[in-house]
Amino acid sequence: MNMIYMLIGISILLALIFLLAFFWASKTGQNDDTYTPSIRMLFDEEATGKVDQKSDEDHL
Amino acid sequence: MSKIKTLTVETRCYHCGEDLPFSPYILADKQFCCLGCQGVYQILSSHNLDSYYAYNDVPGQTQKTQTPRLEYLDEPTITADLIDYQDDETTVITFYIPAIHCSSCIWLLENLYKINPAIIQSRIDFLKKQVVITFKNKALSLRELAETLSRIGYEPLISLQDVVKKQQYDVSDRQLIRKIAVAGFCFGNTMLLSFPEYFGLSGLEQQFKDFFGWLNLAFCLPVVFYCGRDYFSSAWINLKNGVLNLDFPLALGIAVMFLRSAAEIFSRSGAGFADTLCGLVFFLLVGRWMQKHTYHHLSFERDYRSYFPVAVTLLKDNKERPLPLNKLKQGDRILIRSNEIIPADAILLNGTAKLDFSFVTGESIPVEKVLGEVVYAGGRQLDGAIELEVIKPVSQSYLTRLWNNETFTADKDRIKTFSGTASKYFSVALLAVAIGSGLFWLFKEDPSKALASFTAVLIIACPCALALSSPFTLAAVLSIFDKNKFYLKNTAVIEELARIDTFVFDKTGTITNPEAANFSFNGKITAIQKQWISDLARNSGHPLSRELVKWISLPKQFTALDYQEKVGRGISGRIDGQLIRLGSTAFLGIEPIPQLQGSAVHVMIADRYLGYFLSSQQWRNGFKDLVLSLGRHADLHLLSGDQEHDRKSLIPFFPSIQHMHFRQSPQNKLDYIKTLQNKGHKVLMFGDGLNDAGALKQSDLGVAVTDNINNFTPGCDAILDGSSFSRIPNFIRQAKDAVRVIHMSFGISLAYNALGLFFAVQGTLSPLIAAILMPASTITIISFTSIAARLYARKNHLL
Repeated sequence: MNMIYMLIGISILLALIFLLAFFWASKTGQNDDTYTPSIRMLFDEEATGKVDQKSDEDHL
Repeated sequence: MSKIKTLTVETRCYHCGEDLPFSPYILADKQFCCLGCQGVYQILSSHNLDSYYAYNDVPGQTQKTQTPRLEYLDEPTITADLIDYQDDETTVITFYIPAIHCSSCIWLLENLYKINPAIIQSRIDFLKKQVVITFKNKALSLRELAETLSRIGYEPLISLQDVVKKQQYDVSDRQLIRKIAVAGFCFGNTMLLSFPEYFGLSGLEQQFKDFFGWLNLAFCLPVVFYCGRDYFSSAWINLKNGVLNLDFPLALGIAVMFLRSAAEIFSRSGAGFADTLCGLVFFLLVGRWMQKHTYHHLSFERDYRSYFPVAVTLLKDNKERPLPLNKLKQGDRILIRSNEIIPADAILLNGTAKLDFSFVTGESIPVEKVLGEVVYAGGRQLDGAIELEVIKPVSQSYLTRLWNNETFTADKDRIKTFSGTASKYFSVALLAVAIGSGLFWLFKEDPSKALASFTAVLIIACPCALALSSPFTLAAVLSIFDKNKFYLKNTAVIEELARIDTFVFDKTGTITNPEAANFSFNGKITAIQKQWISDLARNSGHPLSRELVKWISLPKQFTALDYQEKVGRGISGRIDGQLIRLGSTAFLGIEPIPQLQGSAVHVMIADRYLGYFLSSQQWRNGFKDLVLSLGRHADLHLLSGDQEHDRKSLIPFFPSIQHMHFRQSPQNKLDYIKTLQNKGHKVLMFGDGLNDAGALKQSDLGVAVTDNINNFTPGCDAILDGSSFSRIPNFIRQAKDAVRVIHMSFGISLAYNALGLFFAVQGTLSPLIAAILMPASTITIISFTSIAARLYARKNHLL
């Protein structure tokens, strides 16, 4: 049953790591703008328009 | 159907979607309404940024308005305040760009580096309409950057009062979020660690009891001393000032819970209330977060400084140089170009002044001034450049003097909330019950039970649900208002709205619709002649022509030949073989007609004078119903800066003649509100322009009515979009219902408290009962308030 001490210790440690990760995210401003990234991820890497002839130059 | 569709596509500008003029600008098969739009398209397509048009149809903004001069951005003294960060290589600046409105905007502005390689990075915050740009300051000056943005149609708004919101706002926000995270973390862990105790431990597992107890206590430490710190300090400050607010029983509950848990765990006599304590603080902080809801894209604190430019062109020794506005002195000679705003009271020295005071008075008809006349600050010059001599510094001008009034320096009295009033009685009653039950058991000579019941009462009656009922109800109502384009500064405004008994309206721009004009024709005109006039006016970009076309609302039949426009004077052209001329009397070469109230468009067809269209202001949609509905329960007043010419048409709306006041200066309006308040009225002021700013600030509730919430809103408590103007009675009903919901939820949480007190006064409150009652009451309150608020909103036709 002594295992329980260790298991609880590990679980709290794990939870603490997540808490610290959240602190880091909040400190670096990742929660400041929760709207724009949802649009930004929908943009394609390179233009989808008709003018695609020059796109070869962009692929280095 | 398809025919109509193709027709509409063809008549719209490819860039901004506005109607095309008679001879559109054409480039690469695309049609544009003006050179500006075509220019933007040219820049974008030459930099391979065509996708801008792929993400949305017509994403651009019209480029017909001229871009302002930005020389002042070369002055280091001016730009120092604007820049976020600067070193030898790079500069970081945040611009507020009102034109940001769709995903194409984000895409384009984040691809700025393709237009100018000196731009390293640009990031958009869409809701705040801000862009943070990092650029190489050796290759690109700040002015060039701003000009680049203006050229592609995203002109940054740079004003004296920084519209870019400071990061400090976020810091306090972040701190609260962090506290919630810590409290939530501890709440979850203590709950897990408390379960074994609640379900009962077998003899073998008793060894864990102490271990769990100590861990629970350890989790309580950050919750009490970090997350709950604000409640202690707030309760203490309020006590010192002799105020009993809800924070007092909350702080008392937290403290007692912590001390009793610690005592029980130290003495191994029980499990303590660790999970209830953590849960309490967690829910309280969530409630506080709900209450702090802010609108990122709106500012409620704007004053004249956000209307005025950052710098003005100073004339000294025959040289022009930009001067920061706060350095402008009496006697300075300044140059105001077309479309610039006059920042201080001044005397006209040179040029023809034609000033648009619509910011100040809401009056759209330009005012002409002659040499030597005093020109008041706030007007926008429409004609060519003029020279002025400043006679008063900016802060002492006729318009801006208003802000020196004590109304603006003194803080507005905090709005009295129901929970504030109720908590006073609640705290007293709570203490009485706690001491009473403690004394009862002492009397029965059971001191341990006396202490147990005394602390238990303070724990169980800790007004968590009570503290949450207001924020959750009001936050729900706030979001309902938000959907109806009524934006409130904070949640307390809703309760104030429910108390209003007097409504004061400004006239121009508030109850009249600045977008739509009503025309009446004086003279005789046939249907076909109207058709001709409409087809001719369609070619012009002048506001009056556009409104006239809108008002006649006939589809295009004829094409104008020999079309000519004399800017600001009139237009002429040949339609269906007839020579038609529209414009001012001077343009048509006829005798001026005196005393016309409103702007007139005179008509001459085939050299025969027919008469004139007279534009008059149109009331906003639903104004009549609104006034009738409000007038039943409240007093209505009208304060207008205008002349009296609308008095007659307003008499049906404002039954009492004494309540209509014309020719009111901003100071008059402020004083009028004060008089009403001294008579014991709760005053709501509807206004729009700068001239209402004082009255808006003085009134119990100032509501700015505007058609573009992102442009100009004076300091106020709420911003109402013009399209929702007719819903005001619904909003007021909803506010009253919200107060009712708060009362009901207070009742519910009191019932929970009474149930808990039943156990507490007997000294038999177990941690398990507390652990069930607290979350149960909280969840009941949260769900009840949000559901009730929505049901009422449906009843009031707001959802």
